[in-house]
Amino acid sequence: MRCTIVALLTVTAALTLPVCGDEESGSGDNGRTILATTTSTQDSGLLDELLPRFEKESGCSVKTVAVGSGEALELGENGDAEVLLVHSPEAEEEYMQGGHGTSRKAVMHNDFVVVGPGDDPAKIKGMSSAAEAFGRIAKAEALYASRADESGTYTKELSLWEAAGVEPGGSWYVETGQGMGETLTIASQKQAYTLSDRGTYLATENLDLELLVEGGKDLLNRYHVIVVKGEGVNRACAQEFSDWITSPAIQREIGRFGVKQFGEPLFVADADG
Amino acid sequence: MDAVHEVLGRSALVSLTATAIALALGVPLGTWLALAPRRGRAALATVVNTGMAIPTVVVGLVVALLLWRSGPLGELELIYTLRGMIIAQVLIATPLIAGITMAGLQALPPELADQLRALGANTPQLVVRLWIEARVPLLAAAMAGFGHAISEVGSATIVGGNIHGQTQVMTTSIVEQVGRGDFGDALVYAAILLALAFAINALLTSVQQRAAAWARS
Repeated sequence: MRCTIVALLTVTAALTLPVCGDEESGSGDNGRTILATTTSTQDSGLLDELLPRFEKESGCSVKTVAVGSGEALELGENGDAEVLLVHSPEAEEEYMQGGHGTSRKAVMHNDFVVVGPGDDPAKIKGMSSAAEAFGRIAKAEALYASRADESGTYTKELSLWEAAGVEPGGSWYVETGQGMGETLTIASQKQAYTLSDRGTYLATENLDLELLVEGGKDLLNRYHVIVVKGEGVNRACAQEFSDWITSPAIQREIGRFGVKQFGEPLFVADADG
Repeated sequence: MDAVHEVLGRSALVSLTATAIALALGVPLGTWLALAPRRGRAALATVVNTGMAIPTVVVGLVVALLLWRSGPLGELELIYTLRGMIIAQVLIATPLIAGITMAGLQALPPELADQLRALGANTPQLVVRLWIEARVPLLAAAMAGFGHAISEVGSATIVGGNIHGQTQVMTTSIVEQVGRGDFGDALVYAAILLALAFAINALLTSVQQRAAAWARS
């Protein structure tokens, strides 16, 4: 019995140690800058590629918190994050007007797509307007999985329902209250339609969904980087990150991201350089 | 978002049902582990004790993989339903209940079972007598099982999906509110969830303490 306990403790220690080591090396001389971003940015894998490079070039250490756009802005307002990468233009403008940020710059955009079951009960495949497609989904009362959170994607969804002249609700309208990846999985399992950013749709595995509507003018998703108002070393790093991610070299990098894995880029770079 | 009493009712329904089923499975299992010959039970007892510490997300993941449309039990259409969530919570609470039952029965004087046998008790009579003797730890097992079930969020999210009006429970709803930056509502829900846990545990504790007093008198 004693042997078992010793063995268990050893295994536990072995599992814990690398993690602890990681924690320590993460907190460099510059402390830790917190980047609050949206779950869809995180899910796309873009930051996993960019951040290590930024940390190496700047000496800053960045910790990413992936939340809804609503919470990201709230974290900024409370001073719990130094830099934000978000995509809720209207909420962002309100945030800037409230005096909580020192700068807001366009970084990139990707587009939303409407995905759904292959048999397409609402017959929306190939439509060019998302609002019209939403109208058909509501009319057919086909299952629709909604984020129903404070994400930029949900804000977009609501504006599409409004444009379609529909007040969504009823048994066909499933509200998940969760991130994009989870909602896509639920849509796939329930064979429901949903609105997703293209990146997360392509990056989420094991989905039994088809891309049905894309390219519409009403399906654009714009990302901005906001430096939160405040002082200190972490704020300097935040400013540096904002300058870095909008620099020509990194903008080129963003424009190429995803080609290798998905055969097409996930984002279009937007900064002027 | 649903009205709070709907979410609360769903939490209570799922976790109380799961605890009841887990008691029906875990108490006999723990009893067997306490009474069975040593050789056969050692491995299973270790499994049960490991199960007491199993992360709820792991249970959620495994149950979801089984229940997914493409999974082996997909045709039952239990993913994102309350019944699916109950299955997951039964798997979470059963090892706890079995483990505490086993420990409780093993803490009884070892000569007790022999004496009962010598007095002519058959196995069902013996087991019932031992359960009565161990009623204080058995109630502790029920409280631990319920406490784990009502407080867990891992499997409730993965298996239940937090679908509004259908599978949203208190814990998943708190996570969602935090995700929306709605800390005020999250705190209110947290307080209500604690109040529910407190009420049910207060009931069980009063039964337990009365049982303990009766044992001493």
